[in-house]
Amino acid sequence: MRIALIDYGAGNLTSVRKALSHLGASFETPAVAEDLSHMDGVIVPGVGNFKATAALNNNGWRTAVRAAISRGCPFLGICLGLQWLFEGSEEAPDIPGLGLIEGHCLLIHENDDQVVNLDRKSALKVPHVGWNSLHHTRKSWVLDGIREGDQVYFTHSYAAPTNKDCSGTTTYGVEFASAIERENIAGVQFHPEKSGDVGLQILTNFLNRVV
Amino acid sequence: MLCKRIIACLDVRDGSVVKGINFKGLRTAGDPAELSRRYNSEGIDEIVILDVTATIENRKALALTIEAVSNEIFLPLCVGGGIKDEPTAHAAIEAGADKVSLNTAAIAKPELLTDLARRYGSQAVIVAIDAKRERGKFAIYVRSGQQPTNRDAVEWAKEAADRGAGEILLTSIDRDGTKSGFDCELTAAVSEAVSIPVIASGGAGTFEHFVDIFEAGKADAALAASIFHYSEHAVADLKNHLQSHNIPVRLMRN
Repeated sequence: MRIALIDYGAGNLTSVRKALSHLGASFETPAVAEDLSHMDGVIVPGVGNFKATAALNNNGWRTAVRAAISRGCPFLGICLGLQWLFEGSEEAPDIPGLGLIEGHCLLIHENDDQVVNLDRKSALKVPHVGWNSLHHTRKSWVLDGIREGDQVYFTHSYAAPTNKDCSGTTTYGVEFASAIERENIAGVQFHPEKSGDVGLQILTNFLNRVV
Repeated sequence: MLCKRIIACLDVRDGSVVKGINFKGLRTAGDPAELSRRYNSEGIDEIVILDVTATIENRKALALTIEAVSNEIFLPLCVGGGIKDEPTAHAAIEAGADKVSLNTAAIAKPELLTDLARRYGSQAVIVAIDAKRERGKFAIYVRSGQQPTNRDAVEWAKEAADRGAGEILLTSIDRDGTKSGFDCELTAAVSEAVSIPVIASGGAGTFEHFVDIFEAGKADAALAASIFHYSEHAVADLKNHLQSHNIPVRLMRN
């Protein structure tokens, strides 16, 4: 099995590499988009500004990733990689996402219904950093074996909307999509490579799907 | 609900964990990877490796320590001590750190925060502030608490956040190593002034101190060293204690 870990310059891949190696997976970081045609699974990691995903719109990456997904390759987007699956993000409105999942990512904000006193300063800190719990919305291969309320590690300021492709949600201010899934496409907003045993289980689920 | 984080600090010198009192008098407390494994099984949320000597000769030993910990512990890992420019930050991140913490270098060259945030993302850039109560203010000291500056902790925290820092690691020099409790006033003052998370450090002695720092101190995370080093199960017991006080914490699966 050949797994592509796409390095498009959005943050550091060392942690994802180490977690995959720990699980015994063999993976490579293809130098050119054409290499994706030989792959059996694709991981798009990433952390930081949505602007960084602009690199995925160049040099054939966008087309190659779409082609891999169309021929049934399991796909896992992590953090920015999940957000890229959507139509875009208000963090960088001029940069289109891959557009396979409907909706736009928005800045994390206080739930308006919960603001009882407008004079009171919002207690919600952004970015959302730390361990928060997962709520399952339906059956999911990437969350297989993960229990309701299991906690995972987040670090992000923008979040994806819940929609029909959402398989897990988390609440911080508002409820957002912390996991999405449609057939062979999966994405998680948290960092499975930094979420202890729960995270390693999620990466294992992806590897099992590739085989 | 977002959990309050419990962070273990490993003060490392020449590949071994050491711990001092008031930044002085180091004594050895074990192997970093072994301690990290134990903390991971007890449910620690994050690990900070602090190179307490931070000399050039030690950078290689530090990289090996970072690698040894990050190869088997899949939790957020922050490295501090001697991060003074892009190459030292890069070396720590390449070895397996998710975040680097800057102290003296950030005060001397604040634009470094912006450069690092641009390159690695704000989530990877922590500003460490060592503060001491002086004439009714919180004065910042650099060079491991040895050298005074004319900077105020609250003002600097705001500036650091504006420049791209993703979190603040705030240590009370007055409380460090004393086990007399965190400085809640200092922490609350900084936490209320910035919108990024604040990690409180210095003074943890009892579980009740952690309740105080999360409630009165408004900390997002609390860091300690010796309270975890010398007693088994301290992390799990602490989390149960916090949960019984309705403070949200990450609990291990059974």
